[in-house]
Amino acid sequence: QLSLFRFTVKRPFSTSHSSVDSKEMKKFQLLAHKWWDEEGEYAALHSMNDIRVPFIRDTLLSMSSNYHLGNPLSGIRILDVGCGGGLLSEPLGRLGASVTGIDPVEDNIRTADRHKSFDPVLAKRIQYKSSSLEEIVEESMETFDVIVASEVVEHVADLEMFIKCCSQVLKPDGSLFITTINKTQLSYVLGIVVAEKIMGIVPEGTHDWEKFVPPEELEYLLESNGFSVKTVSGMLYNPLSGSWSWTKSTSLNYAVHAVKAGAPSHATDTPPETDTQQRSATAGTA
Amino acid sequence: SSAAMAALRGRPLLAPLGARLRAGPRAPLRSAASAPPLYDVVVSGGGMVGSAMAAVLGHDIHFYDKKIALLEAGPRKDYNHLPDSYSNRVSSISPGSATLLSSCGAWDHVCSLRLKPFRRMQVWDACSEAMIVFEKDDLDDMGYIVENDVIMSALTKQLDAVADRVEVFYRSKAVGYTWPLPSHSCGTSPWVQVELADGRRLQTKLLIGADGHNSVVRKEAEIQNLEHQYDQSAVVATLHLSEATDNNVAWQRFLPTGPIALLPLSDTASSLVWSTSHDHASELLAMDEESFVDSINSAFWSNINHSDFIDAAGAMFRSAISLLKPSGSAVRQLPPSVARVDPESRAMFPLGMGHATEYVQHRVALIGDAAHRVHPLAGQGVNLGFGDIACLAHHLSAAAFNGSDLGSLKHLLRFETERQRHNVSLIAATDVLKRLYSTTLAPLVLLRTWGLQATNALPPVK
Repeated sequence: QLSLFRFTVKRPFSTSHSSVDSKEMKKFQLLAHKWWDEEGEYAALHSMNDIRVPFIRDTLLSMSSNYHLGNPLSGIRILDVGCGGGLLSEPLGRLGASVTGIDPVEDNIRTADRHKSFDPVLAKRIQYKSSSLEEIVEESMETFDVIVASEVVEHVADLEMFIKCCSQVLKPDGSLFITTINKTQLSYVLGIVVAEKIMGIVPEGTHDWEKFVPPEELEYLLESNGFSVKTVSGMLYNPLSGSWSWTKSTSLNYAVHAVKAGAPSHATDTPPETDTQQRSATAGTA
Repeated sequence: SSAAMAALRGRPLLAPLGARLRAGPRAPLRSAASAPPLYDVVVSGGGMVGSAMAAVLGHDIHFYDKKIALLEAGPRKDYNHLPDSYSNRVSSISPGSATLLSSCGAWDHVCSLRLKPFRRMQVWDACSEAMIVFEKDDLDDMGYIVENDVIMSALTKQLDAVADRVEVFYRSKAVGYTWPLPSHSCGTSPWVQVELADGRRLQTKLLIGADGHNSVVRKEAEIQNLEHQYDQSAVVATLHLSEATDNNVAWQRFLPTGPIALLPLSDTASSLVWSTSHDHASELLAMDEESFVDSINSAFWSNINHSDFIDAAGAMFRSAISLLKPSGSAVRQLPPSVARVDPESRAMFPLGMGHATEYVQHRVALIGDAAHRVHPLAGQGVNLGFGDIACLAHHLSAAAFNGSDLGSLKHLLRFETERQRHNVSLIAATDVLKRLYSTTLAPLVLLRTWGLQATNALPPVK
């Protein structure tokens, strides 16, 4: 029997989630029930599927030789970090992948679990867990073929730690897909002022410009932690049509595809870094 | 006319999608164990359009692992033994429709059964000499006349070929539908619930209504339908010609009571579609076979409706055109004369036009006559339905390959926009033509005479 209305006791947030920012978590908690309204607060994320799903799908198809008719991602294990209500996990599941979605906000996981439960095929292919990335590292070393971290890295407290953990749970030659927002004057004007305060494309307070990540910095962190960056591509949202498209300029939103090195990964015995990140002085061009 | 077209479109530019919600009972949530079987797509209506929709999806590579159901109220028909005599229900199939049927492997079956290609269409007025001829420059086939039973036989074969993906439910009339809310709240199922007459239930992520011009899906979804019953019925029959001929021309003459068309079936047989007043239609059905045949020949050959004035005006216009464009008037061919009619092949059915203001809602799409009903004078009815299928299948295939929820309005609206843009102008034009040709009033006859002659002379307009 599905017992959807039994509320589990909330675990208090542990302070050892060093890549999770508790202020960020609170923001998303308030909107947990709005995820699946295609025309609501998360409309832009829903329509982002129109470009990010084909991007992931086609990249993975081009790297593999077998193709299962009707299930292009069959046999691929994907970790969706910061899965929210499951907006990206579900399409990946429908394409045949085995998806594990993690999110520190329990209400999000509850919403995601409930939404997938109506479709028996998805219910089997997707597993959700309320957890941070660090918490699953130990039990998931080199487990996943693919990690997707879409619209997540601009919310994490420690980006390098996050990338190190991604490397640990990824199989060698595994793929990492990131979509995020650049830190530029343009992204402040359009991404914060216009998108949040004026047009309400994004719920107000969602983003903190200080945490936006320039692609140069992201590339540097990836390359110095065992990844090889294969693709960086700009993304552009058209608020009038409500649709996304690919663009040359990465001054606003952009997507990255990186591949973990094929050599066996070495386990890091050193404790995670707690120093504040030195941000690169050069911001992206406007 | 542009106001009529705007009304036909039926929707303001930025109508909130919340307007697509229906009030009414929602399905309660059941546990997975007792829930009715869940399909990805349910097509309601097993006619030519519904069957083709199911067959095309069943043969789509991105639907390889999907579950499709086709609901047909009638029993499964045995199409294995086609009678020697032709059926009186035929359709004019455009090359585009032939391509669609090819894509699911059905066209090969049609060709191996029987069909008649035609190269030319001659359309002319009973009240004047005005005539318009359609033919392709390369003398390729313009279209095909195919019996509806032949199309159904081919589609049934192709549905059988994908029986692991497409389940056909015969003798299964859908009697009720329960609609979900788009962003579903707890306690309600997100899928469309379908209730069959025998009490069985199905759930589906997308319901496609292909259940004809009195569509139950459309009515239950509370989609407004702009409809108009013409004061005409169509009389159909299978005719035998006086002498064998190449018979690769489709003929249509506009009489004041309505257009009469002769569609080739073979070198010696043609199908009749005569749209006329209800009274005249009943008379035609009641009269003996000889009188019936005489009426048909007279309709095609008689010049009783000509007036000297119109003839003179028409002739003058024609010479003017030939000065400007010497090749602008085509050679007039003469239609074949009819010798006899197949007994038992005479039938009639009433005509009307209709257009749904919306083709889609959350988890619902309408195709074929459920979405639009048109006068047969343009020979377009089933081709519009096949065009709907090609467009919807294209969008659903892309959605499946993107892992999208098949019932999502996002791609359904794209289908609606594309098809309404195409269909509305054709339906409006057909309606206008029907009205324009239903009169003997001199000014209108002159207008259409000159209009037809001018159109015949100007390829772009044609």
